[in-house]
Amino acid sequence: MKLKSNIAVSENGFMFDPYTGDSYNLNETAVEILKLLKSGKTNEEIIEHFKEKYDVDDATLEQNIYDFIAMLNHYDLIEKQ
Amino acid sequence: MKKLRYERPIINKIKAGVPDKYGMQTKVKIRTEIDGVPVKEIVEKYGSPVFVISEKTIRDTYQQAYMAFQSRYPKVQFAWSYKTNYLDAVCKVYHEEGSWAEVVSGFEYEKALKNGVPGNKIIFNGPDKTDEDIKNAIENGSYIHIDHFDELYSIIRLSNNSTKKAKVAIRVNMDTGVYPKWDRFGFNYENGEAWSAINRIMISENMELVGLHTHIGTYMMTANAYAVAASKLAALADRTNKKYNHSIKYIDMGGGFASKNTLKGAYLPGKDTCPSFDDYAEAITSALINSDIEPDKLPVLFLETGRALIDDAGYLIGSVLANKRLSNARRATIIDIGVNILFTSFWYEHEVYPAQECSQQTEDTTLYGPLCMNIDVIRESIQFPLLQKGDLILIPRVGAYNMTQWMQFITYRPNVVMIDKDKNLHLIRKKEDLLVFKQQEIVPDFLSDQFDKL
Repeated sequence: MKLKSNIAVSENGFMFDPYTGDSYNLNETAVEILKLLKSGKTNEEIIEHFKEKYDVDDATLEQNIYDFIAMLNHYDLIEKQ
Repeated sequence: MKKLRYERPIINKIKAGVPDKYGMQTKVKIRTEIDGVPVKEIVEKYGSPVFVISEKTIRDTYQQAYMAFQSRYPKVQFAWSYKTNYLDAVCKVYHEEGSWAEVVSGFEYEKALKNGVPGNKIIFNGPDKTDEDIKNAIENGSYIHIDHFDELYSIIRLSNNSTKKAKVAIRVNMDTGVYPKWDRFGFNYENGEAWSAINRIMISENMELVGLHTHIGTYMMTANAYAVAASKLAALADRTNKKYNHSIKYIDMGGGFASKNTLKGAYLPGKDTCPSFDDYAEAITSALINSDIEPDKLPVLFLETGRALIDDAGYLIGSVLANKRLSNARRATIIDIGVNILFTSFWYEHEVYPAQECSQQTEDTTLYGPLCMNIDVIRESIQFPLLQKGDLILIPRVGAYNMTQWMQFITYRPNVVMIDKDKNLHLIRKKEDLLVFKQQEIVPDFLSDQFDKL
């Protein structure tokens, strides 16, 4: 899964999609996920990374990550396979 | 290595050009305590959801309202509106503060007597009074507020068999300049029906006209309507005095003062727009003092305020059951508080607060109740922080009507606890269980043991 190219994400969580002109706000964990996605990590690898770094139970984390990715899909920010 | 605090990832689309009428909210308000008692502790003891009543807030609000009137008018008497919240513990706090009881049914009348209210300190309102109710009220010396001519003639008939005179008042409806005009209760002022009723009572030997009553509406956003109503009742009292040389003992302005909740569709929050007790008091007392009634014959001013006295003292604690996405990717959060117990969510935009530390990130969220019904929506749209399953929420200002209009539907009605002035918790109504319903139901013999027959 890949974020669409040309999508700009700033360090403080501002995201701009040049295809649609839409802008988005992201929180810190969301920015981190996008960075991991950009570096080519899979969903499972992202979940593993979060488990090690943050104080969160597995079920909550998995639900939250997949929910976030569903939102990226909803806003059409993911490259279609 | 110590792990970092986790926050759910979130992406919010920036919608330029759609200004928020309240401006941008800068901080998510969190309420973790009620009167100094941690919300978490209350839930651990009494479960979720749970209603909480603050004794301190009841007393403080009552004193605030009482002083607003007492400082402007010599004779003021509050009567607690039972239908607003008739939990015995709540009623008793009002009675301790000096309130009489205002009831609208035989059931409420029984409750008031059981709460130790003397019969001659009960005001009996409402369109539904059975012959038995009227007989009891006459014998106990209660004040019967007559709603219609059928009731008036019932009282004449029933009081013929009694040694006691019925103490009565008439309920008067009128145009106070507000919409909608409430004309379904009592006798109309403008078309002369109220005056006819007064004349009929005055020529009766079995009734004593002691008061005039009105209830002009509910959640009244303008104090001026009360000034109009008080002037009209004072005019009726003066006219009665001139014709019959009979002083009306009290004028009862009913209830209807707005609480600080925000009505659905309101542009600004209720706490910014609703009149204060002082506003209402100024309007009513000025109208009475400036009327043609002679100063030494000024009637006692009765008030049956319910909502504005109790709303702030009630809280509802609940917890998050689940989060989900709707088809348009909008966030929905399901909580264990449904419209069956939070009846007022049909007309208020209730404030909802997280009851533990949480993220400052918010999403436009719909809050659903737990019922398997499409109408079970607590908030259509609220900027809400990211809560997880099991997190607690607190809804303030739910003291009025919810604990009387609640429905036993799908789930049991929850515990109600009171926090006393010393921060102790008291269970004042037990959560229902299957036994409560079994006691009321009867299964005919021919329907028993259905599965044994198979």
